[in-house]
Amino acid sequence: MAYTKRFDGRKTDELRETSAKVGVVPNADGSAIFQQGDTIAIAAVYGPKILHPKNQQNPEKGVLRVHYNMLSFSVGERIKPGVSRRSQEISKVTEWALAPVVMLEELPGTVIDVHINILQANAGTRCAGINAAAMALAHAGVPMKEMISAVAIGQMGTTIVSDVTKEEEDYEEDGEKAATDIPIAMLSNSEKITLLQLDGQLPVKKMKEVLEAGRDACKKLHEIQKNALKEYK
Amino acid sequence: MTYKITKKSALKILAAGKRFDSRGMFENRNIEVKFGVSNKAEGSVMVKMGNTQVACGIKMGVSTPYTDHENEGTMMTSMELLPLASPNFEYGQPSIESVESARIIDRGIRESGFIDFKKLCIKEGEKVWSIFVDIAVINDDGNLIDAGSLAALLALLTARKPVYDEKTEKISFGEFTDDALPLNKDKMPVTMTFFKVDDHMLVDPTREEEDVCDGRLTVEISKPGKEEIINAMQKGGEATFSVEEVENIVNEGTKIFKKLNSLIETEVEKFEKEGKKKSKK
Repeated sequence: MAYTKRFDGRKTDELRETSAKVGVVPNADGSAIFQQGDTIAIAAVYGPKILHPKNQQNPEKGVLRVHYNMLSFSVGERIKPGVSRRSQEISKVTEWALAPVVMLEELPGTVIDVHINILQANAGTRCAGINAAAMALAHAGVPMKEMISAVAIGQMGTTIVSDVTKEEEDYEEDGEKAATDIPIAMLSNSEKITLLQLDGQLPVKKMKEVLEAGRDACKKLHEIQKNALKEYK
Repeated sequence: MTYKITKKSALKILAAGKRFDSRGMFENRNIEVKFGVSNKAEGSVMVKMGNTQVACGIKMGVSTPYTDHENEGTMMTSMELLPLASPNFEYGQPSIESVESARIIDRGIRESGFIDFKKLCIKEGEKVWSIFVDIAVINDDGNLIDAGSLAALLALLTARKPVYDEKTEKISFGEFTDDALPLNKDKMPVTMTFFKVDDHMLVDPTREEEDVCDGRLTVEISKPGKEEIINAMQKGGEATFSVEEVENIVNEGTKIFKKLNSLIETEVEKFEKEGKKKSKK
């Protein structure tokens, strides 16, 4: 049976209900919370500040450090707190998703720490994390060239959908896994891709459709981010 | 470490569509394969890509399955950046490079359905085979993800199960059956990483070339039927890619897939022929 109707009744290109707010961690230089359906990410930015120990400083440009963490109670079966291989990888790809727009060359010798925590997880946590982190960076007044938005595009059977849920991620046809997960991060003006991952089985010829769905979804998410930043007083 | 002065000349050469070793942008280095580098392993291989050398060994064990996949065997992939391979590698906790590379290689194999994990079940919910894919870098001259992945595929394709005693529930290590691993060979995923420097793309960089690149996009492709399927992708580094660039990479990927796929077939055929000769003696 083909996946013609989404589990939660959304249209294929429809995003989950999304909300965003900046200034949620008073101690931080910048912070934001981003909710995409049942997925909630909270991000805080500390810096730019002088990097210690000094031998780690880069005299040519600042350093961006991202720490992605899923809280132990954010998922069904408790996950062991602390760093995992998965979280290390997501931290790194998030760093690469954000770094291209941060004007680190203007901030030599400094470090910007971005801490992302997932409060509640229902797929797309790295994307919600990137959306929150991008807003937190803007809120902190870090010089940025563009805004970054991220979304998980999925292929269910042969249908391309935007902003997948956990239920969709685990979609099966004839007892076999039939879902492909493709997280994408895109810049707001140049529409350059700064994060692209995939796992599953996507025909090569459908790549174009996936990227276009990503572009449309990121545009909508960017509006939400922009409005939340404007609303902040 | 690659010096800035090298980067300058590398950029100049790459901008003219050339490379230090006069290869084409999408041309791989010469690949050499040697099987059986450890007779203790269930499968093992050394792969050379130019001066990059990577060893891979398959070990198997028996373990309890994951609670959400009670009738499936397990697989674990690791990649060690041995200090013997480069002055840039150090002992200690696995670096992010090693963790990320292993996870990318793992993802393609897992998502493609290359291994039939259900056939690795011994007793549902209690005992299953686990496959350990351990990759060790012996000499680093760039493109370690692709080299590691190629080594992993070749080792998996030529691995033989060890003897397992159902009464004692123990493996007799060092004694092998003639049974290959349960593989869906038509679903084999090939890993290709495209590197970007300024606006230029290239594959299979040397360490010098890789160090001057701004980023990479890894694509893992299989061809289970008539059309090519992407099983995994990963963008690495601070480079950005336009939509058109991604589409080009995926298309170039299908071309390189064809070449590497037939290289793997040829090597495995050679291995099997030699095995038959030996057993006749």
